[in-house]
Amino acid sequence: MTETMLQMTGIVKRFPGVVALAGVDLDVRPGEVHCLLGQNGAGKSTLIKVLAGAHRPDEGRILWEGSQVGFGSPVAAVRHGIATIYQELDLVDGLSVADNIFLAHEYASAGFVRGRETREVTVALLERLGHPDISPGTEVGRLSAAGKQIVSMARALSHDARLIVMDEPSAVLAHDEVENLFRVIRGLTAAGTAIVYISHRLEEIREIGDRVTVLKDGRTVAAGLDARTTPTTEIVKLMTGRTIEYAFPPRQSEPADGDPLLEVSGLTRAGEFVDVSFAVRPGEIVGLAGLVGSGRSEILETVYGARKAGAGTVSMGGRRVRPGSVPAAVRAGMGLAPEERKAQALFMLASIAENVVASTLPRFARAGFVDRRAALEAAAAQTAALELRPKDPRRPVRTLSGGNQQKVVVGRWLLKGCKVLLLDEPTRGVDIGARSELYALIRDLADSGVGVVVVSSEVPEVLGLADRVLVVADGRIVHEAPAAELDEHQVLDLVMEGSAVITKEDVV
Amino acid sequence: MTATEPATAPDAPVLRRAARLGSLGEARNLGLIIVLVLLTVVGAITAPGLFLTWGNLLNLLTTASVIGVVTVGMTFVIIAGGIDLSVGAIIALASVWCTTLASQGYGIGGMIFAAMAVATIVGAVNGALIAYGRMVPFIVTLAMYVSARGLAEQISGRRSQIVSDPAFAQIAFNKVLGIPLLVVILAVVAVVGWVLLNRTTFGRRTFAVGGNAEAARLAGIDVRRHTLLVYVLSGVCCGIGAVMLTALTNTGASTHGMLYELDAIAAVIIGGTLLTGGRGSLVGSILGVLVFTTITNLFILNNLETPIQNIAKGAIIVAAVLLQRRGDRRNAVTH
Repeated sequence: MTETMLQMTGIVKRFPGVVALAGVDLDVRPGEVHCLLGQNGAGKSTLIKVLAGAHRPDEGRILWEGSQVGFGSPVAAVRHGIATIYQELDLVDGLSVADNIFLAHEYASAGFVRGRETREVTVALLERLGHPDISPGTEVGRLSAAGKQIVSMARALSHDARLIVMDEPSAVLAHDEVENLFRVIRGLTAAGTAIVYISHRLEEIREIGDRVTVLKDGRTVAAGLDARTTPTTEIVKLMTGRTIEYAFPPRQSEPADGDPLLEVSGLTRAGEFVDVSFAVRPGEIVGLAGLVGSGRSEILETVYGARKAGAGTVSMGGRRVRPGSVPAAVRAGMGLAPEERKAQALFMLASIAENVVASTLPRFARAGFVDRRAALEAAAAQTAALELRPKDPRRPVRTLSGGNQQKVVVGRWLLKGCKVLLLDEPTRGVDIGARSELYALIRDLADSGVGVVVVSSEVPEVLGLADRVLVVADGRIVHEAPAAELDEHQVLDLVMEGSAVITKEDVV
Repeated sequence: MTATEPATAPDAPVLRRAARLGSLGEARNLGLIIVLVLLTVVGAITAPGLFLTWGNLLNLLTTASVIGVVTVGMTFVIIAGGIDLSVGAIIALASVWCTTLASQGYGIGGMIFAAMAVATIVGAVNGALIAYGRMVPFIVTLAMYVSARGLAEQISGRRSQIVSDPAFAQIAFNKVLGIPLLVVILAVVAVVGWVLLNRTTFGRRTFAVGGNAEAARLAGIDVRRHTLLVYVLSGVCCGIGAVMLTALTNTGASTHGMLYELDAIAAVIIGGTLLTGGRGSLVGSILGVLVFTTITNLFILNNLETPIQNIAKGAIIVAAVLLQRRGDRRNAVTH
């Protein structure tokens, strides 16, 4: 099995403002499980979209079974025998299992669906996948996440795909479901089908993978590594060996003391995170490190009251905050800069000033009428202090760069006078030059006595910015240490190996 | 990651329960049938000897026929994630166009052709602007609602145009095996619509486009072309409705089909089709039309005033949507 089925060479994909892929090589052989590894933002998702025909590459060559192809559309890729199972499952909830599997390639005569044949083939496919319990007539919206994934796989099989791309298939599966997934994968590869398997879990890659390709910053940094024998340290080194260094402001010389501002104790939400406890003191920056889906954003949103905790308490200054209520959290002095800045925080069409005063409007109102000049002045003072560019607070927020938009969100909470600032991925979509400035701003805030919680999937960011780091994996805090005592490899080992095998002694 | 969750395999009892309940739409259809039975009982008590007669039943169905045909097209549009506010205006325009002196010169065949062609073309314009012009369905069909009726007024000079060919008027009075032709037309359109929605690839893809347009695109469906076709279908239904209404009133007028869009949308919604698309039932829509028509019929037989009737209709719409929300929540529990 040395012949190559798929060979991608020098794939480049640019989006406005970013180079998502800067030269990726990938070769896949028939009957192998080829694992694709890389940190968040390394380019894995873009690469599989290129492979699926959903994105057109700007440069590079794709050889499929020896001949050069360009997948102009998802249909073209499928016709060549490449099927993709996306992370956000691409199913139609209102249609039945059988209808979803054969959507757009129905068994039909003159436009009439041949129901019996469709059902029979569906039953056979589901049996092959080890799930005869799923009925072809069931509405897909009624299935669990695992059930939906089985339907997605049946869909791939229905196309007679010879290459199946699986984007983090295990993320939505329970343990015994993963075993079943592996059994299905082994059955497929034995028949010559190739699998491109994306996962963050190294132990899975050891178990199911044949070869590994590692991506970093949109490039292939290693190809064809043996999935079973390559040491973990080497893989992690390949994934992290960064080329870009950020300037982080110096940490506080002394660890923060005094009574905690924010105390979280035993916080639990079924299916998301379990028994999360931490405290934030005035002037302290606490970082939460973890992968997408580890539960870190959910923890932050629950502390803020946007999600209701199943168990546990959140206290501000020693007083319990009413759970599941954002107004209560804001009254207690919390502010959140959410992950999806544009969707969850900003009024994109409104001006900078309107955005900054959004949480403090009553302060500028008399009998319900807003004193617009006073509001504008307050906003102008705030944006000047944050060195926002452009300076004019009447400019619409949508014309601002990512870094300056983030400053607007932060400015809103500073004007409100918040005591604890929760930052979810504060530098997402912020270009490299502006990041250092944002880091300095966050440190200044802490020095002025604000407690800060930072969530980031970029480990160096958490380590460089925070005083104390909590490592989150699979919805649990698996490790807590001063940032100075951790390095990137240790944190990545922790988040990737999961909570089960690691104890504190292993990493210190 | 959800390793903390219990095993989420679709367990057999849940699936069995789902199968027994049938789809959400069917469950609610049962509710509408119960409402119809209740209305029948109320009718039998309050209008004895009037409501439960063969003549009144046929009269009721004839009243329902035009709006019923329009509702079939509307059901497709809403399941595909759209809305068509222009159906009443299309009927007015088609009825006026087919009753101009020029059109009437071609006889009954030419008149029917004119009505169908005009309605289909207007539907295609709606669809093209929405699918290829990437405009919001609400805006496009609202604009069409205004301008199609305006064009109808322009052509007719706001006068009713009398149909001169007696054969055309006969469409409304002919009977097939004792059943009015208009009712037969509704039945045919409803059956064809049901088969198209539930037994063909076109129907399956309509659900897919409305339920998850991105998934439909990735699966290889030409979402834009499909969207266009759905609005064309709505136009065709309006054309049929225009012929029926013109025959029934023996006139073409720019005032035909007033507020039909609201009646059709209301019938679709209480029939269990989600206004957001992706889920729906044609049987439900037809039952919705019958519920509304029966209420109107009851009010007329009891000499009650229209305002009260409208209040009752509004209450039914709200109740139906509340029911829909409850159904969705129950649906979510089984995930």
